[in-house]
Amino acid sequence: MLELLQNLLRWLTSGAQWSGPDGIATRLLEHLQYSVLATLVAAAIALPVGLLIGHTGRGAFLAINLSGFGRALPTVGLVTLVFLASGLSMWPVYVSLVALAVPVIVTNTYAGMAAVDPEVRDAARGQGMRWYQVLFQVELPLALPLIMTGLRLACVQVVATATIAAYVSFGGLGRYVFDGLAQRDLVQVLGGAVLVAVLAIALDLALAGVQRLLFRNRPPRAHAH
Amino acid sequence: MTIDWGWFPDHRSTLVTLTLDHLSTAVPAVLFGLLIALPLAVIAHRVRPLRGLLLGLSNILFTIPSIAIFVLLLPVTGLTRSTAITGLTIYTLVVLLRNTVEGLDSVPTKVREASTAMGARPLRTLLTVELPLAFPVIMAGVRVATVMAISLVSVASYIGYGGLGQLFTDGFQRNYPTPVVAGVVLSLLLALVADAVLVTIQWLCTPWLRRRA
Repeated sequence: MLELLQNLLRWLTSGAQWSGPDGIATRLLEHLQYSVLATLVAAAIALPVGLLIGHTGRGAFLAINLSGFGRALPTVGLVTLVFLASGLSMWPVYVSLVALAVPVIVTNTYAGMAAVDPEVRDAARGQGMRWYQVLFQVELPLALPLIMTGLRLACVQVVATATIAAYVSFGGLGRYVFDGLAQRDLVQVLGGAVLVAVLAIALDLALAGVQRLLFRNRPPRAHAH
Repeated sequence: MTIDWGWFPDHRSTLVTLTLDHLSTAVPAVLFGLLIALPLAVIAHRVRPLRGLLLGLSNILFTIPSIAIFVLLLPVTGLTRSTAITGLTIYTLVVLLRNTVEGLDSVPTKVREASTAMGARPLRTLLTVELPLAFPVIMAGVRVATVMAISLVSVASYIGYGGLGQLFTDGFQRNYPTPVVAGVVLSLLLALVADAVLVTIQWLCTPWLRRRA
Protein backbone atom coordinates (compact mmCIF):
# COMPACT_ATOMS: atom_id res chain seq x y z
CA MET A 1 0.00 0.00 0.00
CA LEU A 2 2.78 2.41 1.00
CA GLU A 3 4.74 1.43 -2.08
CA LEU A 4 1.71 2.10 -4.25
CA LEU A 5 1.34 5.59 -2.77
CA GLN A 6 5.05 6.28 -3.30
CA ASN A 7 4.76 5.19 -6.93
CA LEU A 8 1.68 7.34 -7.32
CA LEU A 9 3.48 10.36 -5.91
CA ARG A 10 6.39 9.71 -8.26
CA TRP A 11 3.99 9.41 -11.21
CA LEU A 12 2.20 12.63 -10.31
CA THR A 13 5.35 14.66 -9.74
CA SER A 14 7.69 13.48 -12.49
CA GLY A 15 8.37 16.17 -15.10
CA ALA A 16 8.29 13.67 -17.97
CA GLN A 17 4.75 12.65 -17.04
CA TRP A 18 3.54 16.25 -17.28
CA SER A 19 4.93 17.15 -20.72
CA GLY A 20 4.27 15.96 -24.25
CA PRO A 21 1.07 15.05 -26.12
CA ASP A 22 0.27 12.25 -23.62
CA GLY A 23 1.38 14.36 -20.66
CA ILE A 24 -0.78 15.31 -17.73
CA ALA A 25 -0.87 18.98 -18.78
CA THR A 26 -2.38 18.11 -22.18
CA ARG A 27 -4.83 15.58 -20.72
CA LEU A 28 -5.88 18.02 -18.01
CA LEU A 29 -6.60 20.74 -20.58
CA GLU A 30 -8.57 18.29 -22.76
CA HIS A 31 -10.60 17.16 -19.76
CA LEU A 32 -11.22 20.77 -18.76
CA GLN A 33 -12.30 21.61 -22.31
CA TYR A 34 -14.83 18.73 -22.50
CA SER A 35 -16.20 19.50 -19.05
CA VAL A 36 -16.48 23.28 -19.36
CA LEU A 37 -17.97 23.18 -22.87
CA ALA A 38 -20.51 20.49 -21.88
CA THR A 39 -21.51 22.38 -18.72
CA LEU A 40 -21.88 25.66 -20.64
CA VAL A 41 -24.01 24.06 -23.37
CA ALA A 42 -26.12 22.32 -20.71
CA ALA A 43 -26.55 25.61 -18.83
CA ALA A 44 -27.52 27.42 -22.06
CA ILE A 45 -30.27 24.84 -22.60
CA ALA A 46 -31.34 24.22 -19.01
CA LEU A 47 -31.37 27.72 -17.49
CA PRO A 48 -34.02 29.21 -19.84
CA VAL A 49 -36.16 26.07 -19.49
CA GLY A 50 -35.91 26.08 -15.70
CA LEU A 51 -36.60 29.83 -15.47
CA LEU A 52 -39.59 29.56 -17.80
CA ILE A 53 -41.11 26.63 -15.89
CA GLY A 54 -40.50 28.41 -12.59
CA HIS A 55 -41.90 31.74 -13.79
CA THR A 56 -45.04 30.40 -15.45
CA GLY A 57 -45.58 27.51 -13.04
CA ARG A 58 -46.35 25.37 -16.09
CA GLY A 59 -44.54 22.11 -16.68
CA ALA A 60 -43.53 21.68 -13.03
CA PHE A 61 -44.35 17.98 -13.42
CA LEU A 62 -41.82 17.83 -16.27
CA ALA A 63 -39.14 19.63 -14.27
CA ILE A 64 -39.49 17.31 -11.31
CA ASN A 65 -39.57 14.08 -13.31
CA LEU A 66 -36.80 15.15 -15.68
CA SER A 67 -34.27 14.86 -12.88
CA GLY A 68 -35.30 11.29 -12.10
CA PHE A 69 -35.12 10.39 -15.77
CA GLY A 70 -31.70 12.00 -16.14
CA ARG A 71 -30.34 10.08 -13.19
CA ALA A 72 -31.81 6.83 -14.49
CA LEU A 73 -30.20 7.16 -17.93
CA PRO A 74 -27.11 4.92 -18.08
CA THR A 75 -24.35 7.19 -19.42
CA VAL A 76 -22.21 4.33 -20.76
CA GLY A 77 -25.20 3.06 -22.75
CA LEU A 78 -25.93 6.51 -24.12
CA VAL A 79 -22.32 7.10 -25.14
CA THR A 80 -22.22 3.71 -26.89
CA LEU A 81 -25.50 4.34 -28.65
CA VAL A 82 -24.52 7.79 -29.96
CA PHE A 83 -21.13 6.37 -30.94
CA LEU A 84 -22.74 3.62 -33.03
CA ALA A 85 -25.09 6.19 -34.60
CA SER A 86 -22.57 8.94 -35.34
CA GLY A 87 -19.26 7.12 -35.82
CA LEU A 88 -15.94 8.40 -34.54
CA SER A 89 -16.57 11.98 -33.46
CA MET A 90 -16.88 14.05 -30.30
CA TRP A 91 -20.70 13.83 -30.49
CA PRO A 92 -21.09 10.83 -28.14
CA VAL A 93 -19.04 12.58 -25.47
CA TYR A 94 -20.83 15.91 -25.61
CA VAL A 95 -24.34 14.46 -26.04
CA SER A 96 -23.88 12.22 -22.98
CA LEU A 97 -22.35 14.91 -20.78
CA VAL A 98 -25.01 17.48 -21.72
CA ALA A 99 -27.76 14.89 -21.15
CA LEU A 100 -26.26 14.27 -17.70
CA ALA A 101 -26.07 17.95 -16.75
CA VAL A 102 -29.32 19.39 -18.16
CA PRO A 103 -31.75 17.66 -15.72
CA VAL A 104 -29.66 18.68 -12.69
CA ILE A 105 -29.62 22.35 -13.73
CA VAL A 106 -33.31 22.45 -14.77
CA THR A 107 -34.48 20.89 -11.50
CA ASN A 108 -32.40 23.17 -9.29
CA THR A 109 -33.35 26.28 -11.28
CA TYR A 110 -37.01 25.32 -10.99
CA ALA A 111 -36.62 24.59 -7.26
CA GLY A 112 -35.00 28.00 -6.77
CA MET A 113 -37.82 29.76 -8.63
CA ALA A 114 -40.49 27.77 -6.77
CA ALA A 115 -38.95 28.78 -3.44
CA VAL A 116 -39.48 32.50 -4.15
CA ASP A 117 -42.15 33.85 -1.79
CA PRO A 118 -45.36 34.38 -3.84
CA GLU A 119 -46.02 37.59 -1.89
CA VAL A 120 -42.75 39.07 -3.11
CA ARG A 121 -43.77 38.22 -6.67
CA ASP A 122 -47.21 39.77 -6.16
CA ALA A 123 -45.66 42.90 -4.65
CA ALA A 124 -43.41 43.30 -7.69
CA ARG A 125 -46.40 42.91 -10.03
CA GLY A 126 -48.41 45.32 -7.90
CA GLN A 127 -45.72 47.95 -8.34
CA GLY A 128 -46.33 47.71 -12.07
CA MET A 129 -43.34 45.59 -13.07
CA ARG A 130 -43.62 43.81 -16.40
CA TRP A 131 -43.19 40.02 -16.48
CA TYR A 132 -39.58 40.21 -17.62
CA GLN A 133 -38.78 42.75 -14.89
CA VAL A 134 -40.32 40.44 -12.29
CA LEU A 135 -38.31 37.54 -13.73
CA PHE A 136 -34.92 39.21 -14.00
CA GLN A 137 -35.02 41.76 -11.17
CA VAL A 138 -36.93 39.83 -8.52
CA GLU A 139 -37.19 36.08 -9.10
CA LEU A 140 -33.79 35.43 -10.64
CA PRO A 141 -31.73 37.13 -7.89
CA LEU A 142 -33.72 35.30 -5.20
CA ALA A 143 -33.38 31.94 -6.97
CA LEU A 144 -29.67 32.36 -7.74
CA PRO A 145 -28.24 30.47 -4.73
CA LEU A 146 -30.13 27.29 -5.67
CA ILE A 147 -29.35 27.80 -9.35
CA MET A 148 -25.65 28.00 -8.46
CA THR A 149 -25.98 24.81 -6.40
CA GLY A 150 -27.39 23.09 -9.49
CA LEU A 151 -24.53 24.36 -11.67
CA ARG A 152 -21.94 23.15 -9.14
CA LEU A 153 -23.54 19.73 -8.85
CA ALA A 154 -23.77 19.40 -12.64
CA CYS A 155 -20.16 20.52 -13.05
CA VAL A 156 -18.82 17.93 -10.58
CA GLN A 157 -20.80 15.15 -12.24
CA VAL A 158 -19.67 16.21 -15.71
CA VAL A 159 -15.98 16.31 -14.71
CA ALA A 160 -16.22 12.84 -13.14
CA THR A 161 -18.08 11.44 -16.15
CA ALA A 162 -15.92 13.11 -18.86
CA THR A 163 -13.68 10.09 -18.27
CA ILE A 164 -15.86 8.30 -20.86
CA ALA A 165 -14.25 10.37 -23.65
CA ALA A 166 -11.37 7.89 -23.47
CA TYR A 167 -13.84 5.00 -23.89
CA VAL A 168 -14.65 6.25 -27.41
CA SER A 169 -10.94 6.85 -28.10
CA PHE A 170 -10.62 10.53 -27.25
CA GLY A 171 -8.40 12.21 -24.68
CA GLY A 172 -8.88 13.70 -21.27
CA LEU A 173 -7.86 12.25 -17.94
CA GLY A 174 -9.92 9.13 -18.65
CA ARG A 175 -7.04 8.06 -20.92
CA TYR A 176 -4.96 7.19 -17.84
CA VAL A 177 -7.84 5.24 -16.32
CA PHE A 178 -8.62 3.21 -19.45
CA ASP A 179 -4.98 2.77 -20.58
CA GLY A 180 -3.98 1.82 -17.05
CA LEU A 181 -6.83 -0.68 -16.99
CA ALA A 182 -5.71 -2.22 -20.29
CA GLN A 183 -2.04 -2.32 -19.21
CA ARG A 184 -2.86 -3.54 -15.67
CA ASP A 185 -1.01 -0.44 -14.43
CA LEU A 186 -2.73 0.45 -11.16
CA VAL A 187 -0.55 3.53 -10.54
CA GLN A 188 -1.73 5.07 -13.79
CA VAL A 189 -5.43 4.35 -13.00
CA LEU A 190 -5.00 5.80 -9.54
CA GLY A 191 -3.19 8.85 -10.95
CA GLY A 192 -6.01 9.50 -13.44
CA ALA A 193 -8.66 9.15 -10.74
CA VAL A 194 -6.82 11.50 -8.37
CA LEU A 195 -6.43 14.12 -11.11
CA VAL A 196 -10.14 13.91 -12.01
CA ALA A 197 -11.11 14.30 -8.36
CA VAL A 198 -8.75 17.26 -7.92
CA LEU A 199 -10.09 18.95 -11.06
CA ALA A 200 -13.71 18.44 -9.95
CA ILE A 201 -13.02 19.81 -6.48
CA ALA A 202 -11.08 22.77 -7.91
CA LEU A 203 -13.93 23.70 -10.28
CA ASP A 204 -16.48 23.26 -7.49
CA LEU A 205 -14.46 25.56 -5.20
CA ALA A 206 -14.09 28.11 -8.01
CA LEU A 207 -17.87 28.17 -8.53
CA ALA A 208 -18.38 28.37 -4.77
CA GLY A 209 -16.06 31.40 -4.79
CA VAL A 210 -18.13 33.05 -7.54
CA GLN A 211 -21.27 32.28 -5.56
CA ARG A 212 -19.79 33.81 -2.40
CA LEU A 213 -18.84 36.98 -4.27
CA LEU A 214 -22.36 37.26 -5.67
CA PHE A 215 -24.19 36.74 -2.37
CA ARG A 216 -22.09 38.09 0.40
CA ASN A 217 -25.07 38.97 2.60
CA ARG A 218 -27.27 35.93 2.18
CA PRO A 219 -27.46 32.85 4.32
CA PRO A 220 -26.66 29.62 2.47
CA ARG A 221 -29.56 27.44 1.47
CA ALA A 222 -30.02 23.70 1.39
CA HIS A 223 -29.62 21.45 -1.66
CA ALA A 224 -32.46 20.49 -3.94
CA HIS A 225 -32.34 17.22 -5.81
CA MET B 1 -29.15 3.08 -37.17
CA THR B 2 -31.48 0.13 -37.54
CA ILE B 3 -32.87 -1.99 -34.77
CA ASP B 4 -33.14 -5.71 -35.32
CA TRP B 5 -36.49 -6.57 -33.71
CA GLY B 6 -35.96 -10.29 -34.20
CA TRP B 7 -33.08 -10.13 -31.73
CA PHE B 8 -35.41 -9.55 -28.75
CA PRO B 9 -37.42 -12.84 -28.71
CA ASP B 10 -34.20 -14.81 -29.37
CA HIS B 11 -32.51 -13.31 -26.33
CA ARG B 12 -35.38 -13.28 -23.87
CA SER B 13 -33.68 -15.50 -21.29
CA THR B 14 -30.41 -13.52 -21.54
CA LEU B 15 -32.33 -10.30 -20.90
CA VAL B 16 -34.05 -11.77 -17.85
CA THR B 17 -30.74 -13.06 -16.44
CA LEU B 18 -28.99 -9.74 -17.00
CA THR B 19 -31.88 -7.79 -15.45
CA LEU B 20 -31.74 -10.00 -12.35
CA ASP B 21 -27.93 -9.60 -12.28
CA HIS B 22 -28.42 -5.87 -12.50
CA LEU B 23 -30.80 -5.85 -9.54
CA SER B 24 -28.64 -8.14 -7.42
CA THR B 25 -25.82 -5.60 -7.71
CA ALA B 26 -27.85 -2.41 -7.24
CA VAL B 27 -30.15 -3.46 -4.39
CA PRO B 28 -27.44 -4.72 -1.97
CA ALA B 29 -25.42 -1.56 -2.74
CA VAL B 30 -28.27 0.68 -1.58
CA LEU B 31 -28.93 -1.49 1.49
CA PHE B 32 -25.26 -1.45 2.52
CA GLY B 33 -25.14 2.28 1.80
CA LEU B 34 -28.09 2.82 4.11
CA LEU B 35 -26.58 0.61 6.79
CA ILE B 36 -23.39 2.71 6.79
CA ALA B 37 -25.06 6.09 6.21
CA LEU B 38 -27.54 5.91 9.11
CA PRO B 39 -25.02 5.71 11.99
CA LEU B 40 -22.67 8.15 10.24
CA ALA B 41 -25.55 10.61 9.77
CA VAL B 42 -26.50 10.37 13.44
CA ILE B 43 -22.86 11.13 14.35
CA ALA B 44 -22.72 14.01 11.84
CA HIS B 45 -25.98 15.35 13.20
CA ARG B 46 -25.01 15.23 16.88
CA VAL B 47 -21.28 15.95 16.79
CA ARG B 48 -20.92 19.28 15.04
CA PRO B 49 -17.13 19.19 14.47
CA LEU B 50 -17.40 15.86 12.62
CA ARG B 51 -20.26 17.05 10.43
CA GLY B 52 -18.23 19.04 7.91
CA LEU B 53 -15.54 16.37 7.83
CA LEU B 54 -17.95 13.50 7.08
CA LEU B 55 -19.96 15.42 4.46
CA GLY B 56 -16.79 16.79 2.86
CA LEU B 57 -15.18 13.34 2.65
CA SER B 58 -18.27 11.83 1.06
CA ASN B 59 -18.38 14.67 -1.48
CA ILE B 60 -14.78 13.96 -2.46
CA LEU B 61 -15.64 10.27 -3.01
CA PHE B 62 -18.41 11.44 -5.34
CA THR B 63 -15.89 13.20 -7.63
CA ILE B 64 -13.90 10.04 -8.38
CA PRO B 65 -15.00 8.51 -11.70
CA SER B 66 -17.02 5.34 -11.06
CA ILE B 67 -14.91 3.25 -13.42
CA ALA B 68 -11.82 4.22 -11.44
CA ILE B 69 -13.50 3.22 -8.15
CA PHE B 70 -14.25 -0.24 -9.53
CA VAL B 71 -10.71 -0.69 -10.81
CA LEU B 72 -9.15 0.57 -7.58
CA LEU B 73 -11.20 -1.93 -5.59
CA LEU B 74 -9.92 -4.83 -7.69
CA PRO B 75 -6.76 -5.47 -5.62
CA VAL B 76 -8.85 -5.50 -2.43
CA THR B 77 -11.96 -7.43 -3.43
CA GLY B 78 -10.79 -9.25 -6.56
CA LEU B 79 -12.79 -9.78 -9.73
CA THR B 80 -16.10 -10.56 -8.02
CA ARG B 81 -19.55 -9.11 -7.68
CA SER B 82 -18.54 -7.62 -4.34
CA THR B 83 -16.26 -5.19 -6.21
CA ALA B 84 -19.26 -3.83 -8.11
CA ILE B 85 -21.41 -3.72 -4.97
CA THR B 86 -18.70 -1.99 -2.90
CA GLY B 87 -18.10 0.64 -5.60
CA LEU B 88 -21.80 1.43 -5.85
CA THR B 89 -22.15 1.48 -2.07
CA ILE B 90 -19.55 4.27 -1.98
CA TYR B 91 -21.63 6.28 -4.47
CA THR B 92 -24.98 5.77 -2.76
CA LEU B 93 -23.35 6.74 0.55
CA VAL B 94 -22.92 10.35 -0.62
CA VAL B 95 -26.61 10.89 -1.33
CA LEU B 96 -27.85 8.84 1.62
CA LEU B 97 -25.58 10.56 4.14
CA ARG B 98 -26.50 14.07 2.98
CA ASN B 99 -30.23 13.37 2.97
CA THR B 100 -30.25 11.58 6.32
CA VAL B 101 -28.39 14.47 7.96
CA GLU B 102 -30.83 16.93 6.34
CA GLY B 103 -33.74 14.78 7.51
CA LEU B 104 -32.51 14.71 11.11
CA ASP B 105 -31.86 18.47 10.94
CA SER B 106 -35.46 19.04 9.83
CA VAL B 107 -36.86 17.63 13.10
CA PRO B 108 -37.88 20.65 15.24
CA THR B 109 -35.81 21.10 18.41
CA LYS B 110 -38.99 21.41 20.48
CA VAL B 111 -40.18 17.97 19.41
CA ARG B 112 -36.85 16.50 20.46
CA GLU B 113 -36.97 18.36 23.78
CA ALA B 114 -40.53 17.19 24.41
CA SER B 115 -39.42 13.59 23.94
CA THR B 116 -36.51 14.11 26.35
CA ALA B 117 -38.84 15.80 28.85
CA MET B 118 -41.09 12.75 28.77
CA GLY B 119 -38.12 10.73 29.96
CA ALA B 120 -36.95 9.17 26.70
CA ARG B 121 -33.24 8.37 26.40
CA PRO B 122 -31.37 9.69 23.33
CA LEU B 123 -31.53 6.29 21.57
CA ARG B 124 -35.26 6.01 22.14
CA THR B 125 -35.82 9.60 20.95
CA LEU B 126 -33.82 8.76 17.85
CA LEU B 127 -35.72 5.56 17.03
CA THR B 128 -39.26 6.59 17.92
CA VAL B 129 -39.29 10.34 17.24
CA GLU B 130 -36.44 11.61 15.08
CA LEU B 131 -36.16 8.83 12.50
CA PRO B 132 -39.93 8.57 11.80
CA LEU B 133 -40.15 12.35 11.36
CA ALA B 134 -37.06 12.40 9.16
CA PHE B 135 -38.34 9.40 7.17
CA PRO B 136 -39.72 11.33 4.14
CA VAL B 137 -36.42 13.21 3.61
CA ILE B 138 -34.41 10.00 4.12
CA MET B 139 -36.66 8.20 1.62
CA ALA B 140 -36.09 10.97 -0.91
CA GLY B 141 -32.39 10.13 -0.59
CA VAL B 142 -33.05 6.40 -0.89
CA ARG B 143 -35.00 7.01 -4.11
CA VAL B 144 -32.21 9.11 -5.63
CA ALA B 145 -29.57 6.59 -4.51
CA THR B 146 -31.52 3.63 -5.93
CA VAL B 147 -32.10 5.24 -9.32
CA MET B 148 -28.46 6.34 -9.45
CA ALA B 149 -27.18 2.88 -8.45
CA ILE B 150 -29.29 1.18 -11.13
CA SER B 151 -27.95 3.49 -13.84
CA LEU B 152 -24.35 3.09 -12.57
CA VAL B 153 -24.34 -0.73 -12.48
CA SER B 154 -23.58 -0.66 -16.22
CA VAL B 155 -20.20 0.93 -15.51
CA ALA B 156 -19.17 -2.27 -13.75
CA SER B 157 -19.40 -4.08 -17.10
CA TYR B 158 -15.71 -3.19 -17.54
CA ILE B 159 -14.95 -5.62 -14.76
CA GLY B 160 -17.56 -8.13 -15.95
CA TYR B 161 -20.35 -7.48 -13.43
CA GLY B 162 -22.33 -4.80 -15.18
CA GLY B 163 -25.69 -6.58 -15.48
CA LEU B 164 -27.45 -4.98 -18.44
CA GLY B 165 -24.22 -3.05 -19.08
CA GLN B 166 -22.82 -6.22 -20.67
CA LEU B 167 -25.17 -5.43 -23.55
CA PHE B 168 -23.38 -2.10 -24.11
CA THR B 169 -19.95 -3.73 -24.32
CA ASP B 170 -21.39 -6.43 -26.58
CA GLY B 171 -22.99 -3.94 -28.97
CA PHE B 172 -19.93 -1.69 -28.93
CA GLN B 173 -17.53 -4.50 -29.81
CA ARG B 174 -19.71 -5.90 -32.60
CA ASN B 175 -20.81 -2.46 -33.87
CA TYR B 176 -24.40 -3.64 -33.38
CA PRO B 177 -26.86 -1.14 -31.82
CA THR B 178 -29.76 -3.48 -30.95
CA PRO B 179 -28.43 -4.85 -27.63
CA VAL B 180 -27.36 -1.33 -26.63
CA VAL B 181 -30.89 -0.01 -27.15
CA ALA B 182 -32.26 -2.99 -25.21
CA GLY B 183 -29.84 -2.33 -22.36
CA VAL B 184 -30.61 1.40 -22.14
CA VAL B 185 -34.38 0.86 -22.23
CA LEU B 186 -34.38 -1.99 -19.70
CA SER B 187 -32.06 -0.10 -17.34
CA LEU B 188 -34.35 2.96 -17.53
CA LEU B 189 -37.46 0.84 -16.94
CA LEU B 190 -35.84 -0.92 -13.99
CA ALA B 191 -34.98 2.43 -12.39
CA LEU B 192 -38.50 3.78 -12.90
CA VAL B 193 -40.14 0.62 -11.49
CA ALA B 194 -37.80 0.61 -8.47
CA ASP B 195 -38.65 4.26 -7.85
CA ALA B 196 -42.38 3.51 -8.02
CA VAL B 197 -41.93 0.66 -5.52
CA LEU B 198 -40.09 3.00 -3.13
CA VAL B 199 -42.83 5.65 -3.43
CA THR B 200 -45.39 2.98 -2.54
CA ILE B 201 -43.34 1.84 0.46
CA GLN B 202 -43.05 5.42 1.64
CA TRP B 203 -46.82 5.92 1.25
CA LEU B 204 -47.52 2.76 3.24
CA CYS B 205 -45.06 3.68 6.00
CA THR B 206 -46.28 7.24 6.65
CA PRO B 207 -50.01 6.98 7.42
CA TRP B 208 -49.83 10.18 9.51
CA LEU B 209 -48.89 12.23 6.44
CA ARG B 210 -51.83 10.81 4.48
CA ARG B 211 -54.39 11.70 7.12
CA ARG B 212 -53.18 15.28 7.26
CA ALA B 213 -53.43 15.66 3.50
